[in-house]
This record gives sequence, structure tokens and C-alpha cells, in this order.
Amino acid sequence: MSKTAGGKPAILQAGVKAPHFTLKSTPDQSVALSDFVGRPVVLAFYPADWSPVCSDQMGLYSQVMPEFKKFNAEVLGISVDGIWSHLAFSKDRRLSFPLLADFEPKGAVSKAYGAFEPATGESARALFVIDKKGVIRWSFLSPDGVNPGADGILSALEQLE
Amino acid sequence: MSKTYLPPRLTLAVGERDHAEGPPDARLVLVEYGDYQCPYCGAAYPVVKRVQRELDGRLRFVFRNFPITNAHPRAEWAAETAEAAAAQGQFWPMHDFLYENQRLLEDERPFAQHEAKLGLDVARLAREVAGRAYAERIEEDFLSGVRSGVNGTPTFFINGVRHDGPAEVGALVGALTQAARSAKS
Repeated sequence: MSKTAGGKPAILQAGVKAPHFTLKSTPDQSVALSDFVGRPVVLAFYPADWSPVCSDQMGLYSQVMPEFKKFNAEVLGISVDGIWSHLAFSKDRRLSFPLLADFEPKGAVSKAYGAFEPATGESARALFVIDKKGVIRWSFLSPDGVNPGADGILSALEQLE
Repeated sequence: MSKTYLPPRLTLAVGERDHAEGPPDARLVLVEYGDYQCPYCGAAYPVVKRVQRELDGRLRFVFRNFPITNAHPRAEWAAETAEAAAAQGQFWPMHDFLYENQRLLEDERPFAQHEAKLGLDVARLAREVAGRAYAERIEEDFLSGVRSGVNGTPTFFINGVRHDGPAEVGALVGALTQAARSAKS
């Protein structure tokens, strides 16, 4: 994976074809990026389930879901946590979109998007908006410790129209 | 990462529609997006009071609703209650009482008693809350927060720029003082 001078991962940028993936969303169900051809997809990589705040990034996106739905967009959360952790976390926070387990081989999809932090072994907080043809149209890597809101995603979805 | 990170800015300017404390022409403006049932907002409540005391006469404080209802089932009710009190001219006393009694939100009686104590028309207030009379305004607050980069609660904006530091007295007073300096230059 390429790195910038500051040691931060270099995430894939707008204009690049989004790398294909298939990941588990439940113990017996998988989600592939190609399932959503014809619709915009928002990929939200995040470090870990169970971050110790009540209204965290994933909870916020759930609350903002009606706004994402206006663009017919699918939101997918991705971290290296296993599927059982995802299920419990999703139930606890009442999330309304799938969480995908980038668990085995660990972080492979995060790495393909340049959104893996080798130092922590977790995904970075990186966001991607992919258009209905599967091309990345916007990406954003959040600085350490900063939880991105939904504003950048919504602006990017608006510009797809 | 993008080359230079700039925190998001407030997309809905502070104005007549807002609940505000402090001088209207204050050079320092602190906006909070908050949820009455969020424990972190509860913890930030006395912090904001301290910041207001320390910057007395120089700070305008604005509160906007950001109820995270999937996590906090009583947040919407509480926001409606504060807005209904506002319609009778008593937003801040009700806002303060809600935060000071956050753990009692499951029970509506202490709030009704306080409404009576404030001299509010309790029946009207109950009717408006039940009918979600202020849902549109609360939604407008919420969406303005979403478009401004609110990323959880509480989220603060200092002179229109999101405060990414901690919700602590020192950090907030420091950031406000800094903003005052750059406003002068």
C-alpha cells in the first residue's frame, strides 16, 4: 500500500474504479459491491465497533438515513471486526444499514481502498462515494480522532445528480 | 488525507429563529447542537454554564436540537417540551431544567410540575407536545446540523467553525479567546 509522507494511508481518489469486494454481512449472507450497480454506494470504513460514545459515526449515519435514501444511495459500514461483533453492535445501536466484516484475510478490502492503518491493525476512518457505474467520485480520510459527519457525503451525492 | 484539513462550517447562520443567551452583538458566538437525553450533552451542560460565566457579556450562546432518536427514545419528547416552553417565552428555564433532570426523562410528572412553577399554560404545552407542534423546527435544526458537519452530540461551533477539541471549559474558552483574537486582526 502506498503511503504519504506523514505516514497516513493514501486512500483511493475520485476517478478511480472502485475495487470489487464480497464481504459477509451476517454469518450466512454476503454483500458484493456489484449488488448495487445502478445505485450510488457510500462506503464508510471505521476503526472498530463499540467506540465509547453514544452517538458515534455509525449511529449518526443511521439517523441521517432518510437523507441518504433521497439519493437512492446504499450505505455500507466496513471494519475488521468479525461478524458476531457487527451483529451485536448493530443491534445495540439500532443501525439501519449493513456492517461488513473485513475480517479474513484481515483488512484486505480496507487495504485495496488504501484505508488500512497497519500500526493499529484497523481500518482508517475513510469515506467513499461510488457512482452507479462503480467509479469513486469522492473520498475523504478523516484526521486522527476526528469523527466525520454526513455533510461531505451528502454534498458528494448531490453532485452525482 | 486531503492536504489541508479545514473543519466544517455552520451552514445555517445564527439569526432570529434561534434560542440565544447573551448580547445580540457579541463578537463571540458559541452554537451547540444537542440532545436532551445524551449523557455527553448532560456532562457538557455545566461546562457551557462555566464558559458563559467566564466570558460574561462577550459571548452569545445558541442551542439547536439534534435528537438522536434511534439511541435516545425520550430525546424527541424533551426537544418538543423545550420548544413548547419557548412558545410561551420560557425556553431557557425549560432547557436548563431538562438537562439538570436528565435522569428523570422517563417520568413526565416532574416536568409538568416545573412548567406550573414557571407559570406556563401546562395544558397547552401538553397538547402541543402530544401533537408534535414543533417537529418541523426540530427537523430544521437537525438537518442544518447534518449539513454543517455535526458528527455526534454535543457538537459545538465557534464563530461558525466546528470545534473539534474537547467539550471542556479550558478548551472551549481557549478556542473562543483565539477566535476573538482572529476576529480583531
